[in-house]
Amino acid sequence: MTTTETSTRTSGGIGESPLRPDGRLKVTGRFAYSSDLWHEDMVWGVTLRSPHPHARIVAIDTTAALAVPGVDAVLTAADVPGRNATGLEHQDTPALADEVVRYEGEPVALVAADHPETARRAAARIVVTYEELPALTDPRRALDEDAPQVHAQGNLVREMHIRRGDPEPTAPVVVSLEFEVGMQDQAFLGPESGLAIPDGEGGLDLHVATQWLHVDQQQIQGVLGLGPEQVRLHLAGVGGAFGGREDLSMHVHASLLALHTGRPVKMSYSREESFFGHVHRHPAWLRYEFGADHDGRLRYASADILFDGGAYASSTGAVVGNGGTLGLGPYAIPNVRVDARGVYTNNPPCGAMRGFGCVQAAFAHEALMDELADRLGMDRVAIRALNGMREGDRNITGQVIDSAAPVAELIGIVRDLPLPAPRAEVDLRELPGGVSNTTHGEGVVRGVGYAVTYKNVGFSEGFDDYSTARVRLELTGGEPVATVHTAAAEVGQGLITVEQQICRTELGVERVVVHPKDTTVGSGGSTSASRQTYVTGGAVKAACEAVRTTVLARATELLGRTGLHLDGDKVVSATGEVVAGLAEVLADGGVEETVEWRHRPTHPIDPETGQGDAHVQYAFSAHRAVVDVDVELGLVKVVALDTAQDVGKAINPDAVVGQIHGGSAQGMGLALMEEIVVTDGHVRNPSFTDYLIPTILDMPPMQVEVLEYADPHAPYGVRGVGEPPTISSGPAVAAAVRAATGKALRRVPLRPEAITGV
Amino acid sequence: MDFLTPTTWADALAAKAEQPDAVPVSGGTDVMVEINFDRRRPPALLDLTRVPDLREWTHDDDGRVRLGAGVTYARIITELGRTLPGLAMAARTVGSPQIRHRGTVGGNLGAASPAGDSHPALLAADAVVEVASVRGTRQVPVAEFYTGVKRNALAPDELIAAVLLAPATGPQQFCKIGTRNAMVISVSAFGLALHPGRRAVGTGIGSAAPTPRPADEAAAFLAGELDAAGLWESRGPLPEGLAAEFGHRVRAAAAPIDDVRGTAAYRLHTLSVMARRAATWAWDEHRGADARRAA
Repeated sequence: MTTTETSTRTSGGIGESPLRPDGRLKVTGRFAYSSDLWHEDMVWGVTLRSPHPHARIVAIDTTAALAVPGVDAVLTAADVPGRNATGLEHQDTPALADEVVRYEGEPVALVAADHPETARRAAARIVVTYEELPALTDPRRALDEDAPQVHAQGNLVREMHIRRGDPEPTAPVVVSLEFEVGMQDQAFLGPESGLAIPDGEGGLDLHVATQWLHVDQQQIQGVLGLGPEQVRLHLAGVGGAFGGREDLSMHVHASLLALHTGRPVKMSYSREESFFGHVHRHPAWLRYEFGADHDGRLRYASADILFDGGAYASSTGAVVGNGGTLGLGPYAIPNVRVDARGVYTNNPPCGAMRGFGCVQAAFAHEALMDELADRLGMDRVAIRALNGMREGDRNITGQVIDSAAPVAELIGIVRDLPLPAPRAEVDLRELPGGVSNTTHGEGVVRGVGYAVTYKNVGFSEGFDDYSTARVRLELTGGEPVATVHTAAAEVGQGLITVEQQICRTELGVERVVVHPKDTTVGSGGSTSASRQTYVTGGAVKAACEAVRTTVLARATELLGRTGLHLDGDKVVSATGEVVAGLAEVLADGGVEETVEWRHRPTHPIDPETGQGDAHVQYAFSAHRAVVDVDVELGLVKVVALDTAQDVGKAINPDAVVGQIHGGSAQGMGLALMEEIVVTDGHVRNPSFTDYLIPTILDMPPMQVEVLEYADPHAPYGVRGVGEPPTISSGPAVAAAVRAATGKALRRVPLRPEAITGV
Repeated sequence: MDFLTPTTWADALAAKAEQPDAVPVSGGTDVMVEINFDRRRPPALLDLTRVPDLREWTHDDDGRVRLGAGVTYARIITELGRTLPGLAMAARTVGSPQIRHRGTVGGNLGAASPAGDSHPALLAADAVVEVASVRGTRQVPVAEFYTGVKRNALAPDELIAAVLLAPATGPQQFCKIGTRNAMVISVSAFGLALHPGRRAVGTGIGSAAPTPRPADEAAAFLAGELDAAGLWESRGPLPEGLAAEFGHRVRAAAAPIDDVRGTAAYRLHTLSVMARRAATWAWDEHRGADARRAA
């Protein structure tokens, strides 16, 4: 039979929003998270942590703990078989503290027992003798000569200097400010958990919730003293990540216990332990100055940015890199000086969190842009549109922005979105304080604020950033089915669905099986930096193309015809004639291709001038916040939080909007309430009772405008989505509160005390 | 840990007498958190959820509501919103819907945390706590029930049976400060009740002293000023500055501390504002009731 068809479209391809396979399970409570892992023979592992921010370990006596019935093992640094060092950038973090503890909560010893309660009781019987050391808890003193030394090599993790244009610029209008950003937590809902299963041959399988299986594998094998083939990782159900799962937590501990006991070991943190078990967003101290012409055009900008990295480096170096290179926001500025530093202290370690160095900076540059507008009597939107980057501009490291940079358009769109109606009647739920009934309208003032941002997508500064995809096309029950296998972590963002969509579009098949994520395929890179749809999406696309090429080669051989192409599940001739079904070509067996895919290379920046093409892609967003502030009580109700963002190409429009909603809420949370309060190196609020994240009564419905200006250098034109909303929403909320109160408010979260001035 | 499961009130009292260190548990929204966090490992839990009497509310011979210690916040909101408006307002601010379906006023009194949401409303309404043991039953005015931080007037063998509250005869208000708009522990809280029949004002302060406490001097001041101006009868507008002065006096009754949830200064400031606003709303309602009756 020969028919001609112009095009077959496979449903559920890119640009559609097919249902995600985990969606129904998650909303009905049936999704298996890592904390649900179970093995018949398993024992439970727990961690004993340091109560001190800085102390020498004089002795550890495990005798009493080992005597507890049901205890299988008690391990300390002395039991680490390999190299007792882990870390993403610097291998400076012991798996278990050796000689010194450098922050409150640092792991010191491990216990495995037949019941978690038994393990906890045994851990409490471990006697650790500490000699307390002076703690460095103010990062602003970290580089003083007399500061306590956190590590032998000194307290500086990284500094970055950016110099561009006139080294001594002047301007007729000068504004400056100092800003401070508190320590935010990722507050993912699924605590750190996993299950390590020894294989009886000296190796193990670790099932764990994480963001990058292969970088975990590398670190764990080093600590265990094993080869990569002996440490196999499998992604378990991830209950949120936001950067907090980039560093190891219980991974290496469960592995150590499993190898030592020869039994499967499960570990699962409590909420309180979770606050000590992962890195947080860096608190930051920022000093900024803008010089401008009378028409509002920026002549120069300078910034000093200090990040508190806490006790271990984690991603502090890269955060300094982002804070430095992106720290002046999406503006065209001819003359620039930026000095960014990250330091060690004895505070909780800080590392990756959504927005990664840009979040802190955006609060400062957006507050200062408002200040400049006010000084000049200019409109706050107009001054951003005037100074906003455009395609073809160079940013402050001299890199040409070589795809869309619609700053003026984005801020214009949010300005023109309908504003919420003024409050008509008293509904407590719509007022600051909600049903807590603190106002019926008294003291309530409305304010509007704007912010814009840009964020790098993918890893930067010359990092070899790639992903691997294996795609197999074969007949199952007579139907062509694609199987896609990557190690790229699904952390809730919807990557599994995106992988399926790409396979459907590229191969014309309806059924796409996503192989469980594990280390039997090459690295997928990190699920962070808004990079997976771009990089793993690119790898899946390339693997599909390779499969298609092989299929067509086979069809050419089989049919004796050339000039063939695939259209849906049909093999079509150059003239458009359907000459075979895909099933016929696959009858002799499946086709499988594995591709390692890279985006365009990035480059290190010059250490003296900070100039260089550091980033592969930029993503832009703008927010407008409308708030009602009870200025007498300092309570805030966000009435509207609307946004516009360029996503290049929305592979899954529903998921894109979901990312924008979630990111916006997280940024708003930092502006108003989210802070880990640390006093003298001690965390004071490690619970969801006192670490507050926004509820549905804090987050308004959003108007979201999605632009799709394709990036010609990226697969399908995609642009990373996940982070920009987290960056521009908070500064817009802070600006709105400033507008309502008339107060400067130079620290976030904006505490009610600061808003009231009490 | 023993888990005691009496099914009658008599059995519950007997169990408590026999094992005075058993911790009573009803909704578990406080006790279970303590246990899960390993802050408390009592030798026994005394489960009161199987005692039907505790889960009911009735009217006693004096016309008061006798609120069983195990009645949930959710039921107070839906069943007693008009009768006990201040307590219902406080109940609406407790935790999440799930917590409100489990948590009870009896539990709030048992925990006696200064931050418990129901306390300011109970104080303002002059509630009486009915406590019982195998030795008998006694009634403790709620202001005398709180004896220290998370301590109350219960003897080791006693259980909370009920709370006795007169139905509201005038407007009641409850306000609570939290750093988000729902599901938040109070930074400070204030309860107010007008008792026009006896020309009295009731007050309650939460989260701003070692125990929940009334602001008696402020209450007497406001009631006295209203009396002196004949306003209870005339229902005329509040004199300029009276509500603000009441706020200042409520503030003076508090003794808060700085903690991770808020500063002492902010707590004092907010009490002053809440008391002023609550007094204004309550008086406006009192006047409005008169206007409605006239119409």
